[in-house]
Amino acid sequence: MITTDKTVALKTVKLPESFSRISWSLLIIGIILTLLSFAVNPKHASFGLIMTLAFVASVGIGSLFWVGIEYVSSAVWSTALRRPFEFIAGVIPFLIVIAIPLLLKMHTVFEWTRKSLLKTDPALVIKAPYLNEPFFIVRTLVVFGIWWLFYYLIIKNSKLQDTTRDPKLTARNVRLSAAFMPIFGITLTIFSIDWMMSLTPDWFSTVFGVYFFSGAVLAAMAFATLLIVKLNERNLFPVKLTADHYYNLGAFLFAFVNFWAYIGFSQFMLQWYGNLTVETAWYIPRMHGSWAVISIALVLVHFIIPFFALLTKPAKMNPHRLVFMSVWILFAHALDIYWIVMPVYDPGGATFGLSELAFLIASAGIILTVFSYKAKSNNLVPVGDPKLQRGLEFHI
Amino acid sequence: MRVLIQHIILVQNMSEIQRIPPSGRRLYGITAIFDNPDKVLSATKAATQEGYKDFDVYSPYPIHGLDNAMKLKPSRIGVVTLVLAMIGVVSILLFTWWTNSVNYPLIIGGKPYFAWPSYIPITFEMAVLFGAVSTVISLIAIWLGLPRNSHPLHDTEFMKKVSSDRFGVCVEATDPKFDEKQTMDFLQRLGGENVELAYYEVHELSLRKAVLDPKFVGAMVIVAVASSGATYFSLNKMLLMRPWSSLNNQFKVLPESRSTFYADGFAMRPPVEGTVARGHMPYIFSGNMPSAEKYMKNPLLPTPRVMEVGQRDFNTYCSPCHGYFGDGDSRLQGQFPSPPSLHSDTLRHAPDGHFYQVMTDGFQNVMPSYARQIPRDERWAIVWYIRALQRAEHAKGSDVK
Repeated sequence: MITTDKTVALKTVKLPESFSRISWSLLIIGIILTLLSFAVNPKHASFGLIMTLAFVASVGIGSLFWVGIEYVSSAVWSTALRRPFEFIAGVIPFLIVIAIPLLLKMHTVFEWTRKSLLKTDPALVIKAPYLNEPFFIVRTLVVFGIWWLFYYLIIKNSKLQDTTRDPKLTARNVRLSAAFMPIFGITLTIFSIDWMMSLTPDWFSTVFGVYFFSGAVLAAMAFATLLIVKLNERNLFPVKLTADHYYNLGAFLFAFVNFWAYIGFSQFMLQWYGNLTVETAWYIPRMHGSWAVISIALVLVHFIIPFFALLTKPAKMNPHRLVFMSVWILFAHALDIYWIVMPVYDPGGATFGLSELAFLIASAGIILTVFSYKAKSNNLVPVGDPKLQRGLEFHI
Repeated sequence: MRVLIQHIILVQNMSEIQRIPPSGRRLYGITAIFDNPDKVLSATKAATQEGYKDFDVYSPYPIHGLDNAMKLKPSRIGVVTLVLAMIGVVSILLFTWWTNSVNYPLIIGGKPYFAWPSYIPITFEMAVLFGAVSTVISLIAIWLGLPRNSHPLHDTEFMKKVSSDRFGVCVEATDPKFDEKQTMDFLQRLGGENVELAYYEVHELSLRKAVLDPKFVGAMVIVAVASSGATYFSLNKMLLMRPWSSLNNQFKVLPESRSTFYADGFAMRPPVEGTVARGHMPYIFSGNMPSAEKYMKNPLLPTPRVMEVGQRDFNTYCSPCHGYFGDGDSRLQGQFPSPPSLHSDTLRHAPDGHFYQVMTDGFQNVMPSYARQIPRDERWAIVWYIRALQRAEHAKGSDVK
């Protein structure tokens, strides 16, 4: 392990009070709206809460994935940017809080919990060993537990390195992250199948886990890019990041926009071509009525527009473009989750109400509040990491 | 003629000689070798600051930050890639649309003719293929200058070093600030070793001659012959040899061969009891005219289309013997007995089944069966046409309007 004897010049920065004020108020408004929506229409609100869970979980676990990837690949360029990812991953322990109201009232959203359906639907009888309430709750707890365990261990080592500057901690995190990668793949697939695919219990798609993965890591990258670029442009980042760092962030956004489209289209084309009832049942409500408009809008918003907006090299280095496209992609990811979840609630047409508003505000509020809280009590860059200096001198 | 060619060669040589300076060789530039990437990077920065523009840096691997130090403009090759990839996208979409919905419309899997989702994968592939291949070709053609197959620095000690473990700078003679002495001093001051002058070879002065260099032409011919020969061999010969010939020598039962699998030793098996050929329709009135006349009715209606088909088939199959109007005036000039007229009272009052039975079975060993030539529905169409001919011959007053 190479240790650097050069000391990194750090600015002492403090996040402005307004940042945490806005985050907290978003969170509180989001919670109030969620409670209100439950009072108005509990079923609609439950679907809204599933969207919130899916969004927060995807951004949180996606961020932990990027932290792990940095360790496993020994990436240098992203060392200075790792902390924002770690802070965003701090939402992982709170996922269970969002999931508990849904676990208590599973009948309102999950069709397969109804025993009467088992008599008429032979497919559900075959799926019953997997899709039953006790096993569902156990899976959810195990998945969130594993995520929390890896989050706790990796972040603990990373934080400890700030004071001890021990390069052995990096080696330990590399091993932890290597173990995390396959476990991440399996648990994320389980999460996506349980909380989104099982809303339409007859349907199945072997690529759905990968589809959710592509959206999750893209959204995590977009959230971190938004915060990193915004902080750096306002001189609130302790070290100076260059256009070369921006370029890599933009390149990852661009790459995963394409990956999402590739996987989404793979799923669509095979099911469209196969034309089997069990598979097309998921797409038919999404291709008719106002949902068809949402589907086409999703292709434009999630793929075509970001593709051309981030295609050129100068665009990937332009901070204004990056901030704008990060917000855009986060909205696209929210639209993607809306498109996955809400046609189950109302196959007749797109809905927009209190629950959707609560979903958008609460999701942003949770992640921003956790970020601002973590940013207050931790260093914004991993000052003890041996790769930091090389990471700051990074050139493409 | 020979004199003329000699004259041209002479003139060319003269013009070449004129371009070569008195020393006899034309200068390309000044080369300098550096030990490590840091040194060459700082030398590059210094050269840029000094105002040099026409110089290049040589390194066995990419050096980060070099393009900034050389003040290179961003490459525009991305535009070439994008434009050609889009041409690939548009052309393959037009191609799939034209083949599948215009030239040879074919329904596959119950999908519409232009089933665009199934064309997206090939569109993606073509975008990648056009983009990648065109990028490489334009790199070779435009940025490397394809017709030039030789370079003054090629086969020099300098090039040998900078392509293994050293880093080099070459300031070219075309630079406005270039001055043999000053530039040499400048490079030495930067810490360059082996500061040397690099000259053009004589054959490099003429672009046309370089392409016609016998070595180059010979190598190209060898490549062309070898690649086409290898292609021919692999597709026409190699695939028929073992072990690639496995598709030719399959384990299968050939007709009329002996089988070890079945107890009776026959490889060819009779069809299962009661098997009917695809499209087969049994005909139960064969040889039974009274029943055919009694039980069969024409299943078609005399639509214009049916009459058209009936007329076409009658003129093709029936008219050689029966005549175009069914009068029995054969065109065979008595080489075959002429049939009776179709307008006799008996035949005018005969039921439809009679004509169908005659066409299907043949008649009195003189007229053969036409069942193999004329499909079932077309035989019924001919019946309608015969009826029309008979009506025309014996028109009533009410038929005229």
